[in-house]
Amino acid sequence: MIRETLLLALRAIRRNVLRSSLTILGIVIGVASVIAMVTLGGGATAQVSSEIASLGSNMLQVRPGQGFHGPGGARSAAPSFDRKDVEAIRGQVYGLEAVAPVSTAGLQAVSGNRNWSTSVLGTTNEYFDVRDWPLGSGRIFGEGELRSGKAVCILGTTVGRELFGDGDPLGASIRLEKLACTVIGILASKGQTSFGQDQDDVVIIPLRTFQRRIAGSTDVEAVYLSALDGVSTTSVKQDIEGLMRERRRIAEGKDDDFHVRDMQEIVTALTGTTRVLTALLGAVAAVSLLVGGIGIMNIMLVSVTERTREIGIRLAIGALERDVLLQFLIEAVVLSSFGGIFGILFGLLMALAGARAMSVPFILNPGIMVVAFLFSVAIGVAFGYFPARRAARLDPIDALRHE
Amino acid sequence: MNGRPDAAADAWNGVLVAFSGIVKTYGMGDATVHALRGIDLVIRRGEFLAVMGPSGSGKSTCMNILGCLDTPTSGTYLFQGIDVGALSREGRALLRRHRLGFVFQGFNLLNQSSALENVELPLIYRGLQPRERRRKAREALEAVGLLDRQSHTPGELSGGQQQRVAIARAMVIEPALLLADEPTGNLDSGSSREIMELLTAFNEDRGITIVMVTHDGNMAAYANRTIHFLDGRIDSEVQNGDEPT
Repeated sequence: MIRETLLLALRAIRRNVLRSSLTILGIVIGVASVIAMVTLGGGATAQVSSEIASLGSNMLQVRPGQGFHGPGGARSAAPSFDRKDVEAIRGQVYGLEAVAPVSTAGLQAVSGNRNWSTSVLGTTNEYFDVRDWPLGSGRIFGEGELRSGKAVCILGTTVGRELFGDGDPLGASIRLEKLACTVIGILASKGQTSFGQDQDDVVIIPLRTFQRRIAGSTDVEAVYLSALDGVSTTSVKQDIEGLMRERRRIAEGKDDDFHVRDMQEIVTALTGTTRVLTALLGAVAAVSLLVGGIGIMNIMLVSVTERTREIGIRLAIGALERDVLLQFLIEAVVLSSFGGIFGILFGLLMALAGARAMSVPFILNPGIMVVAFLFSVAIGVAFGYFPARRAARLDPIDALRHE
Repeated sequence: MNGRPDAAADAWNGVLVAFSGIVKTYGMGDATVHALRGIDLVIRRGEFLAVMGPSGSGKSTCMNILGCLDTPTSGTYLFQGIDVGALSREGRALLRRHRLGFVFQGFNLLNQSSALENVELPLIYRGLQPRERRRKAREALEAVGLLDRQSHTPGELSGGQQQRVAIARAMVIEPALLLADEPTGNLDSGSSREIMELLTAFNEDRGITIVMVTHDGNMAAYANRTIHFLDGRIDSEVQNGDEPT
């Protein structure tokens, strides 16, 4: 019985190919956009996560002030760190792989007649370990250079390209405001962060050089550190918080005047954003699925009217209400499932093209395909029921008389 | 249920259909239409009954009630001892499915389906397996002489052939009662004669009870008995060969 009904539905759909395709267009578009959005969203999330892993997933940052407060907030009031804080963290927190003090400034870098606005970062060699960032060429700082604050620098690839073009910057001299320093190394390229920031747009100099020649103070802006493999960043974070509260004499119950940021936090914030975006687009897609469902209902109603005589014949020769109901319901479900299948295929194509265009990885999500398909089936049932019931309730005498 | 008369029906002394005081009205108040004004009618098994009368005389309403497509406003309709008036819509549909065959003036075949598929249709609703269904449908088509046209759609068949397919569809369930509503109304005289000979053969050889509405006295002559409707009542009744009473 089901088999016959299914064949019947397929035949009815084939009889009106154009109409059937237009009917399912709404479902196709709805399902396609869900599939495309979720697939692209999944790809983007995966990319963000992998980018953050490239920042160093076991990395933590300690900064004075609270969290993401802007200038003028708690940050300005909070005392900054200095070398002793760095040594305390290094000495007293268990499970650290590397600890790097960092100070930054936005400066103009000049070489000959070229100049380039970049960010200058004063730190120690441990920074390269924390960021897991090898040199592309040249060498890291020598012990003496770090201790005495020599005017040497390591360039990010972007700065190297902007100042020297195709030429080799190694051994050349660049000027950072009044500080003339010799280029001793070039970092390997790291690319953009997911915030769109060019990580290679940086000049790294010894911290002491930075403090004496640029900042004019012994302050340390932030401490970057990385945990050893297998050590939980959460426990490291707690240890640092305890230590810093003690060192900064923060009374019980008072808020921290510093912030330990763990990369996991950023991952959560970012994936949270993508999730909100996906949910929003999902809502739009749901609306288009609803519209698609109404389209199916509309066409099924037309179909019932057109086939009134056929329904009359079926009822007269012994079809029960439920036989007719099933016939039209199955037809609606077959229609909407076709919409679902085409929508999935179309959505995957869209996602593939989108992933190429946005250079995001294309990650298949079988779960959402199953959900989208079941959803389109459910739409067929929901919107096919009313027309099918109307067909089933027809009076055979009137239906047979219908022209 | 099956297509054959059961023990209870046999106990009814060969009476297939018994109408007593059947009244059918449509509408309400001043607009009330009295389609049937009290019909008493007995149809015996194996009978071939012709129903005549002008339009609006109530014969179509009578056929609809006989065919369990409609229910009387009052009165009792017993079909093989079953009180049809007490049946639900579904019960009447099941009665149609198992006991009744319909032949219409306008053939009422499914235009997109082949002759064979049209004949198979009632068997699908009876839940027969495809193989069994096809065998029975072929037999029925063979009985009306159209086995060689089984894969043609109605549009590819002449009117007479279409009506023969419709008869095969009605006969395939071996009905207790075959209802034919002006089966020759749309046909030329040659085809009409073929159809009537087919119906007569089914009636005589297989003992199928037939009730046929017709406007044509020549067609009514094939029946055993003719009843005339007038203004919702049975006006006269003629046994074949007898003079009108």
